[in-house]
Amino acid sequence: MEDTVAVKSPAWRESRAASERVRIRSGIRFSALLVYGAGLVIFFIVLCALFPGQIAPYSPTLMNVDAIIQSPSLAHPFGTDYYGRDVFSVVVHGTRDSLLIGIASVLVGGLIGAAIGAIAGFLGGVIDTIIMGLIEVMMTIPGILFALAVAAAMGPSLFNIVLAVALSAVPGYARVFRSQIISIKGRPFIAAARSVGAGRVRIFARHVLPNAWAPLLVMATIGLGTSILVGSGLSFLGLGVIKEIPDWGTLLSQGRGYLTVAWWMSTFPGLAITLLVLSVNLLGDKLRDRLDPKKNRI
Amino acid sequence: MLRTAGLRLLTSLLVIFGSLVLVFSIVYVLPGDPIRSIVDPTTVSEETLASLRAELGLDRPFYARFADYIGSMLRGDFGKSLLNDEPVLPKILKHLPATLALTAASSLFAAMVGIWLGVLSAIHRDRWIDSAARVIGLFGISMPTFWSGILLILIFSITLGWFPAMGSDGWKTLVLPAIGLGIVGAGYVVRLVRNSMLEVINEQFVLTLRAKGVSERLVMYRHALRNALIPALTMIGVLSGELLAGTVVIETVFARQGIGRIISDALMAKDIPVVQGVIFFSAVMYVLINLLVDLSYRVIDPRVRRLQ
Repeated sequence: MEDTVAVKSPAWRESRAASERVRIRSGIRFSALLVYGAGLVIFFIVLCALFPGQIAPYSPTLMNVDAIIQSPSLAHPFGTDYYGRDVFSVVVHGTRDSLLIGIASVLVGGLIGAAIGAIAGFLGGVIDTIIMGLIEVMMTIPGILFALAVAAAMGPSLFNIVLAVALSAVPGYARVFRSQIISIKGRPFIAAARSVGAGRVRIFARHVLPNAWAPLLVMATIGLGTSILVGSGLSFLGLGVIKEIPDWGTLLSQGRGYLTVAWWMSTFPGLAITLLVLSVNLLGDKLRDRLDPKKNRI
Repeated sequence: MLRTAGLRLLTSLLVIFGSLVLVFSIVYVLPGDPIRSIVDPTTVSEETLASLRAELGLDRPFYARFADYIGSMLRGDFGKSLLNDEPVLPKILKHLPATLALTAASSLFAAMVGIWLGVLSAIHRDRWIDSAARVIGLFGISMPTFWSGILLILIFSITLGWFPAMGSDGWKTLVLPAIGLGIVGAGYVVRLVRNSMLEVINEQFVLTLRAKGVSERLVMYRHALRNALIPALTMIGVLSGELLAGTVVIETVFARQGIGRIISDALMAKDIPVVQGVIFFSAVMYVLINLLVDLSYRVIDPRVRRLQ
């Protein structure tokens, strides 16, 4: 009996509330730390993309017969490859293409997807049914397979890779944007705008669109991670652009033949891809938590 | 029940037909002459090229070729490989079991690890276990499969020598590729199960169970998890498609025989009949799995039955 009283005492409640506060604060502190880390990684990667010459200690094409296949050291933090090139320098110089493929394909795919989703969602009716049927059909072919088919059919060039990755992401963007448009269309302020005589075009441009961009932004951020993965996957499979300075996917694939003698040649380009995608996903999660009160999508 | 299922089946058939049209168009509409993959046009005369085109039916209009393709497909003939005249259907059927085994094993890995970590994460919300599980989940969805595959080879096959790095004979060759592919799935499952569990834990029936004095273990694993897994089911459909596509990369990394290898080789060689056959197969599987998922809601969740 005394125990029960003790359990319900204000002191117990206070200590419990305090421990709850500590718990939540430590959780928040950890995730804040992760987000800062992610920001730092992205900042550095963008610097590498913009000024590779200033960051890389060596030229990415400099071959050195005296330093072939050396394991990581202070002079060569990522080791050297079979030409004696400094792997770190090659990775730094490969940043631009890897990042460019991701960003460009998100922009292209996001714009096409948003346009399709907006038309389907705003017009509704038969047009909506037809468009969403086509999107459903596109969804049956998984992203990377679709990108692979397009890239293989069109041949290796930076533009084709971007188009392939972008097209593979279109169905996802279209679906999200459509459902957002539909949910906004049903809100009272749209009915209010209509009742004061606003036309369809005006309602769409002034009232629906400005309220619909938030989830698209979240999806684009998370989509950036996926696009980088798909793009580097195409490069890995040999569909990438063949250049003197390879992008990360190609570099990793080249190192595969030397796994038993030089683990670093494949490991570090892969680490670069993973860190970039991880950071982008972390920021995407954070952005969604900020913009989406429901927080229940993955 | 029968009517809903019938209707669903009909739309599924429509979707499969649509994806067939799509595949057919991607391959034919986009530039690139398939003839070039068989012969070098600079060394062969124009007449030979023309007769070769006629033989393959490439000189006929798009719709005629499509109708032909559908017709022979319904008779079980998916055409022959442009490279070695091997019939497409037997080729796919021969390699299907290896790929299905890989997909099944990696789904199993993803489900087990993902659900376990997801539940742990939700139970210990905002504590270090939660943080660790969330970081693992994020890593899972952020690592390219070709990299995690290579890391697995480096650690478990080159350094430790526990499993072979390549090949497709025996269960030992299945372990590393299944884990490599399953890590991605596990990442998605962790995030999904965590969110879903957190929502369910706040529901009234959980409070009732606790008030009744049901042990926390039982509340979590018997009652909360069961309810939390229902939304996760939808993801299984999407994930299975992604896993199937992931075999393209992972089978290349581990030099395994399978559908994924076949299609990436066929794409490089512009071997159109093979490409069409494999994509058609994967689309059919995707649609079938999603159909099953849709129908299984009724079996698993009594509320859906009542709604209809």
